[in-house]
Amino acid sequence: MNRRLANVIAIVALGVIGILGPWLFPAHLSQFSKLWLFIVLALTWDLLGGQTGYNSFGNVVFFGIGMYAAAVTQVGLYYPVAAYTAAKGGGTEFVFDAAQFYTGLALGLPVGGLLAALAAAALGMVILGMRGHYFAIATLGLAIAAGELAAGWEYIGAGSGMVTPTPPDTIDTTLLFYYLSFALAAVTFGFLAWLYSTRFGLAINAIRDDEDKAEAMGHHTTRNKVVTWTISAFFLGVAGGIFGNLSKFIDPIDVAFNGAEVGVWMILMAILGGKGTLWGPVIGAAVFYVTKELFWTYLLGWQRVALGALIVIIVVFFPQGIVGWLKERWPERFGPSREEMEAADAKGGA
Amino acid sequence: MTQPLLDVRNVSKAFGGVIANRNISLKVNRGQIVGLIGPNGSGKTTLFNSIVGYHPIDDGEIWFKGEEISRYRVGRIARLGLLRTFQQTRIYGRMTCMENMLISLPERESSFFGLLKSRHSAGIQRAKDLLEFVGLYSKRYHYAGDLSFGQQKLLEFAMALINEPEMLLLDEPTAGINPTLINGLIDRLKRANEELGITLLVIEHNMRVIMNLAEHIYCLAHGEMLAEGSPEEIRNDQRVIDAYLGAH
Amino acid sequence: MDNLNLLIQAPILNVQLLLDGLWIGAIFALAAFGMALVWGVMNIINVAQGEFVMLGGFITLMIVEAGLSPLFGIPVAAVVLFVLGWLLYRVIIWRIVDADMFISLLATFGISIMMQQLMNEIFGSDVRTAESGLGMFYLFDNMVTVSQIKVLAFVLAFVIGLALWMFLKRSRLGQAIRATSQNPRAARILGIDTDRVYAATYAINAALCGAAGALVVMAYSIHPYVGLPYTVRSFMIVIMAGLGNLGGVIAAGLGLGAAEQFAGFLLGAEYQLAFVFLLLVVVLVWRQMMLARRRQYLK
Repeated sequence: MNRRLANVIAIVALGVIGILGPWLFPAHLSQFSKLWLFIVLALTWDLLGGQTGYNSFGNVVFFGIGMYAAAVTQVGLYYPVAAYTAAKGGGTEFVFDAAQFYTGLALGLPVGGLLAALAAAALGMVILGMRGHYFAIATLGLAIAAGELAAGWEYIGAGSGMVTPTPPDTIDTTLLFYYLSFALAAVTFGFLAWLYSTRFGLAINAIRDDEDKAEAMGHHTTRNKVVTWTISAFFLGVAGGIFGNLSKFIDPIDVAFNGAEVGVWMILMAILGGKGTLWGPVIGAAVFYVTKELFWTYLLGWQRVALGALIVIIVVFFPQGIVGWLKERWPERFGPSREEMEAADAKGGA
Repeated sequence: MTQPLLDVRNVSKAFGGVIANRNISLKVNRGQIVGLIGPNGSGKTTLFNSIVGYHPIDDGEIWFKGEEISRYRVGRIARLGLLRTFQQTRIYGRMTCMENMLISLPERESSFFGLLKSRHSAGIQRAKDLLEFVGLYSKRYHYAGDLSFGQQKLLEFAMALINEPEMLLLDEPTAGINPTLINGLIDRLKRANEELGITLLVIEHNMRVIMNLAEHIYCLAHGEMLAEGSPEEIRNDQRVIDAYLGAH
Repeated sequence: MDNLNLLIQAPILNVQLLLDGLWIGAIFALAAFGMALVWGVMNIINVAQGEFVMLGGFITLMIVEAGLSPLFGIPVAAVVLFVLGWLLYRVIIWRIVDADMFISLLATFGISIMMQQLMNEIFGSDVRTAESGLGMFYLFDNMVTVSQIKVLAFVLAFVIGLALWMFLKRSRLGQAIRATSQNPRAARILGIDTDRVYAATYAINAALCGAAGALVVMAYSIHPYVGLPYTVRSFMIVIMAGLGNLGGVIAAGLGLGAAEQFAGFLLGAEYQLAFVFLLLVVVLVWRQMMLARRRQYLK
């Protein structure tokens, strides 16, 4: 079968499943929402990790920033935030009607994304001038530092966390957040598909393959890395905003800046699926998420031990991931053929 | 007398206690092919690295196109139009030859937003032409990492050419190349210089190549400039013969 | 900043904080020494470094529960961790020695997660300490207290570090290790079994961390998540001192210890961890800037 056709079919199929979600899995809709969000987590990690070669251990920072920023915006538009968080639990005085709730979301989510993007740009300019492994270690501590700082900041609820605005009963939030999650995943995927088709995609791959060479050829490597991280952060921030509302409660260490879980999962999903590919993170997220939901409870306390073991196994024994493995096994089926490449160039062509 | 394109003035560089370059001066005029020879350890690669921005120099000045570049970083110098090839040959292994070429199109003119154009837009024909020029046209959609060492060297050369540098520093371009292919490489270097107007500074060990290629040759020994002159002069210079050419 | 005023008005407080910083700083330096060893010889940044320290502490706790003095923990933890390090090398690490830095970062990261959670499952997340039964020194008219066990830990850290340093200089294996770190290919050609050298290096590092962990649990406290901060500290110290610079490692370790004490005092204990991690970013950036002046990067 023609590869392009297969790609189109896959996308359409996913799209249909996505749109029909509430009818296909009515009882598990919020889990399905999280699956879409996890796809975003994996895709954004891979943008810097797999495509540019800069593994970040701290991308979850942007997830958390987006979460808090969105919540603060949603609340702050109508009530003083400090009073809200002091009431610990939203309280009964802080009521949001439908209009307020929707407006809050409509503004809060982009704000979450933008603030996260800004943080990435600022941080990136400082730490992306270094080579990859220094960057990686620098990000390692970021999630923990962010969690600790958030846990000490009274304005956003400090250690007790923050409750996202309670929606009025008239809104079916499960459905709403489902479609928001799906839409975000679709937009992220579409955007990255486009980005990888541009010369910028080539530029970041060059950094991955040989950063010294890219510099010696005059590339603006630091600028390209910062832009990449900023893009990741934006989508992560919006995802965080949605996730925070889905979870209804934001805890600084266990939810927002949870490096030990979400932070690690995004790395695992991207590598498991196949880093550096467009479909890899999607497949990895799906496989990981479904497996996790099915088996996690059986492992009880040993979940995280298994998580660590899984990372080691995948990184050492299966670093190419599912898509990478498929491409090696059946290169004609899963990789672009030379004829396809020639045709693509001819079409573009000057 | 027009300004030389590259003007290295009294450059010195030491690593710890070892003086790799002592008071080296050399000039390369626009359009020339200049050779840099010398026995191993004479400081040629150190000089190269100093020029392209890999490490700072201890003393002296380096002028390129009328700018003093000895404090500039690698990327900035490359964007000025001064490129180098690597002795170990560096290319982007997981990208195809075409992609290697396309990402090496000059970035000087375009802004960041130029990068957002499709990867199939500009430069396709130029890339193909240059790959043809170095003899890699049939491998254009192969992954660069799958090429042989010699082919990768040619790709690296082509990538440098598509970047339209004003000057190219080549670090032992014929090292590791099958002797039967060397003539082809010399020919291409000459054509790049004549047809594309690229000034060349070439480190070489292969005497036949450099005598054939260069108009002017500098000879280093023990970190110092030993002699300079036309290939004839160098070939007959007793100091060079003693230091380098041995029983020639 | 009331605490800052306190520091200015009661200078003796500075002495207290400084001393407290030195005692723990020596242990930081010890762990950093091990990290520098593995990094220099095998080009692997061992993200699980702190977890080795943590394990050493828990092993010592078990010794104490068995009725022995925690001082026995030092050799026992060292031996157990040595074996663990050797095993980890044989099962996992040997596969990643020549690989990308990222693979080794991710793999050791995975190992660190496994160990943290394993200890959490077995021991619970409580903070634990091992009573040594030692008392306090009182200096400067009782204004400065010096816990005897901390001084002992300080001294022992130096002794262990010195022993390792001499081992590297004098013994055959030590020389083989140093040769391999300078040029693995040459070492192999000369007949050195680099695989064994790597295994030994990784195991020695683990043992070193184990001993450090024993010191930590005696003089301070541990819990299953105490690892990452130790890893970050070791990394920071190595970055500041440079790979071959033992004197620098000691100075940076002591300095970091002191800096943390002051930060904890001025900012509040709950921000001490955040300080450590932010300091990491600051150190990296500062180092990068210093190198950039000389047209180089942190490589």
